[in-house]
Amino acid sequence: MLEIRIHGRGGQGGVIASKILAYAFAMEGKYVQAFPEFGVERRGAPVTAFIRVADGRINIRSKIYEPQHLIVLEPTLLSAIDITEGLKEGGFIVINTKKKPEELNIKVKNSKIATVDATGIALKHRLGSSAAPIVNTAILGGFAKATGFVKIESIVEAIKKEVPIKPEENAQAAIDAYNSTIM
Amino acid sequence: MSEQKVIMGNHALSYGAVTSRVQVIAAYPITPQTQVVELLSEMCADGTLDAEFIKVESEHSAMAASIGASAAGARAFTATSAQGLALMHEMLHWAVGARLPIVMGNINRSMAPPWTIWSEQTDSLSQRDTGWLQIYASSNQEVYDSVLIAYKVAENEKVSLPVMIILDAFFLSHTSENVTLIDQKDADRYLKPYNPKYRLDIKDPHTFGGLTGPDWYMELRYKIQKAMEDSIDVIKDAQKEFKEMFGREYGLVEPYRCEDADTILVTMATAASTSKQVIDELRDKGEKVGLLRIRFFRPFPYDEVRKYLKNSKKVIVLDRNLSPGAGGIVFQEVKSALYNEPVKPKIYGYIAGLGGRDITVNTIGKLFDDAKNSEPADIKWMEVKI
Repeated sequence: MLEIRIHGRGGQGGVIASKILAYAFAMEGKYVQAFPEFGVERRGAPVTAFIRVADGRINIRSKIYEPQHLIVLEPTLLSAIDITEGLKEGGFIVINTKKKPEELNIKVKNSKIATVDATGIALKHRLGSSAAPIVNTAILGGFAKATGFVKIESIVEAIKKEVPIKPEENAQAAIDAYNSTIM
Repeated sequence: MSEQKVIMGNHALSYGAVTSRVQVIAAYPITPQTQVVELLSEMCADGTLDAEFIKVESEHSAMAASIGASAAGARAFTATSAQGLALMHEMLHWAVGARLPIVMGNINRSMAPPWTIWSEQTDSLSQRDTGWLQIYASSNQEVYDSVLIAYKVAENEKVSLPVMIILDAFFLSHTSENVTLIDQKDADRYLKPYNPKYRLDIKDPHTFGGLTGPDWYMELRYKIQKAMEDSIDVIKDAQKEFKEMFGREYGLVEPYRCEDADTILVTMATAASTSKQVIDELRDKGEKVGLLRIRFFRPFPYDEVRKYLKNSKKVIVLDRNLSPGAGGIVFQEVKSALYNEPVKPKIYGYIAGLGGRDITVNTIGKLFDDAKNSEPADIKWMEVKI
């Protein structure tokens, strides 16, 4: 079973990202769960969302405390909170940043770090506003590229089904991110 | 064609109402309401759903409007949670006494104060004596399927009682997962239009709920109890037909690895789902443990509970609810069900997960450990920081 945690700020679309990613996995025949941090959300405040993926029915229904993989929508969170809390060794960390993986100071044993400029891609496709670009669809392209767990075609299909506003632009953002992710 | 979706429990309820072709939805749209009626109101507005959406000023009115709609012969649906359910209390009794097959979703949330939105079953279990049938779901697929089953049971003239479908806040309500939606044509073959014998109709006037003295009131209560007892077979038939048509099997209870089990955990809702993982791990170590999930809490499945538990040595009941001054509510029911058995298992009552505190694999593991090494007690608290 895969357990993934998404970090973002309220309003960036982290919770929607968890649903799109879950949907993409489901289209490939997987059983999924996607859920937000249980509680109330505030715009701008750190937000987390979670995904479980398995080949069979998922019985466990508690929260995820020790994820294997991380998706980080917001580079400023790296200095604001401990994004690696509970993170298992050896997983993927996919981060929205202009920096290269080796320029980041993240110390988790054997983690494979991938970076992608999801903000730049979102701005290029005019997703959200220039002050608050919506980066959730772009980063999923980066996740597909870095991990290989899910096909980019499934991500694109899930975006087209699940995103009501600018589905084509969002899908293209994911593809652009897929093609520009650095490991 | 059936359709695969990834949806949250709230929307599983909404789609269940759509597939059941509900005709009237009456709801109060403000906290503690959830996305259940939000989606239904959108569907009513854009014409996807041919139903009357009545926005009311309180949950008491939501149930009152549902009662009026159902009495007029419409298939009525509503949804609420916690404080909203409590405000409905008077009308919940009315729906039962008037024998109206309303179906309502309730998102289990703890009662305030202090203000809270997290999961606990005390809200719905506080309504156990109103005469509503109660289903506690453990997956979003079960939530969706239960709406169709609920109408089929409620509208059977042997039953004619309302049904509450109950799901844990967040653990189901806000968790998205795979749900297969039933093709409308197939659903229509399973669930026929509601056509009551008596209805509010100016062309065919009847008196409903008029003053009834001691000479007949008791007989009406007797008939409600009889309807609850008869509903057991109606539920079995409805779920058998559901399985034959759609392939998914539901019981009054769900036994899991109970055969030859010495120790059986009894619980409801998502805690039962998580428990399966613990049962598997303990079985791998050679421990004879099992799980009995209570799906229907009303009517209480006495026969099934006795059948699965009477040969065990220890029964552990995990309650995510509390009747202050007594203890866990499911515990009380299970204990009383076993009282007349000639050989009884020891029975342990545990309280866990109140106010939405997570019931993890670890919590359930500790509970089995505790029961293994201690004497039974009516109330034991798990993971309390006092």
